[in-house]
Amino acid sequence: MKAVQQTVLYEQAMDPRFLDEIYGIPGGEKIKDCIQCGTCSGSCPVSWAMEETPRQVFAMIRAGMREQVLDTLTIWTCASCYQCAHRCPQQIKITDIMYILKRMAIREKRQRSKQARALSEKFVEIVSKYGRNHETLLMIKFMLTANPLGALWAAPIGFKLVSHGRFPLGGSRVRDIDGLGRIMVKAQELGGE
Amino acid sequence: MRYAYYPGCSLDATARPYAESVKAVAAALGMELVEIDDWNCCGATAYMSVNEVLSFCLSARNLSQAARTSGTLVTPCSACFTNLRKTEVYLVEFPEMKQKVDTALAEANMRYDGGVVTKHLLQAVVEDLGLEKIRPLVKRPLTGLRVAPYYGCQIARPYGIEDDSDNPTMLDELLGALGATPIYYPMKTVCCGGSLMGTREEVALRLCRNLLLCAEQDGADCIAVTCPLCQINLDAYQISINKNYGTDFHFPIVYFTQLMGLAFGLKIVELGLQRCIVPATDVVSRFAEVNS
Repeated sequence: MKAVQQTVLYEQAMDPRFLDEIYGIPGGEKIKDCIQCGTCSGSCPVSWAMEETPRQVFAMIRAGMREQVLDTLTIWTCASCYQCAHRCPQQIKITDIMYILKRMAIREKRQRSKQARALSEKFVEIVSKYGRNHETLLMIKFMLTANPLGALWAAPIGFKLVSHGRFPLGGSRVRDIDGLGRIMVKAQELGGE
Repeated sequence: MRYAYYPGCSLDATARPYAESVKAVAAALGMELVEIDDWNCCGATAYMSVNEVLSFCLSARNLSQAARTSGTLVTPCSACFTNLRKTEVYLVEFPEMKQKVDTALAEANMRYDGGVVTKHLLQAVVEDLGLEKIRPLVKRPLTGLRVAPYYGCQIARPYGIEDDSDNPTMLDELLGALGATPIYYPMKTVCCGGSLMGTREEVALRLCRNLLLCAEQDGADCIAVTCPLCQINLDAYQISINKNYGTDFHFPIVYFTQLMGLAFGLKIVELGLQRCIVPATDVVSRFAEVNS
């Protein structure tokens, strides 16, 4: 007998609390006002490169498709340009909600984009140490982690930047790095990490 | 006017020419830019994806430091600008967030209770100083220079400048005051891709290709930008765009401060114009001695 493959999602697989979870986070308070008009998807400059468009993501949130939403590449394709939030007729902070979803995905270690994970990890590593970002160091660390072969592709750009005095080794740092460190530890704790 | 100046991390590295031109132009304008003591990174977009309290704390610390210098903070970076403004909004709108930020800042005996107005440098130049004060400083009008006024995305959005969000005109007006011709540039607030250039390069390359194509169709000589990330994406990656799409773009991507300095009669090296990856010298040499 041929095995029957499930092609629809059953209600039991949904998480009905997902919508309220986002609703309760600062920035998510207007999520229930979405009218599915699609202005966000139409305004988004990168919706063509997403798995689901922003409007679809909002429909999925409402349906309780927690797993699918946190696993979609869509949230890692958002460039944070705020065009959707600017145009939303319901004043939903769509870009900020994308950030909420990114944070949830990171906390649950289900971040699909290896590149996005590598970039934020290396960025945080550098800023924790110096209090400031060192772009050259970030670029090198990121390339080596996320895409060693791509480093070869990017090398000509790196050399151009070096020869134009725009890719310095080293950089400045925060004087009171201990104080900043204490703020960061406390903030991390309060931010639920 | 005295400002608390927040350069942001890029101005130490890839946006060094921005830093150089800001300094030279501010001096010419009589703007006193006092660098915020011991400033830290704004967190860019990375921290907001990791921990929102931490992200707001980074900007709140900078605002707290700025308050000691001036009631007005000015930054040339659109991403830093957005983070600072967003922090201000969230601290007012969400008292529970303010409380968490207060608790964390107290770890270093710091506190921020509002009171600092954050402006993008473009805003400070056009709004505070005004075009009437800028026009008399123009020694070499940029006559005949066709410039695409590219605002980038974040500066024109919910946490951005007070201008028409779909069709801001602040930069157009400034370019006009310098004697240049701001061209019709319908993509003036469309995103360049930002950090997607690192994480999803093919997507960002296409966005930048479209921006360059639009400038070409409308006959621009160069593109003026207000953000370090827009500059690096359009300038340094123009080689990759040409390789990927078989195009032959060679648009100089200049910071708006570089064009201001040029019109004020400053030298190419004072403005870091020799640091453009796509050479700007051919386009700007009409207005300044290349070797000066």
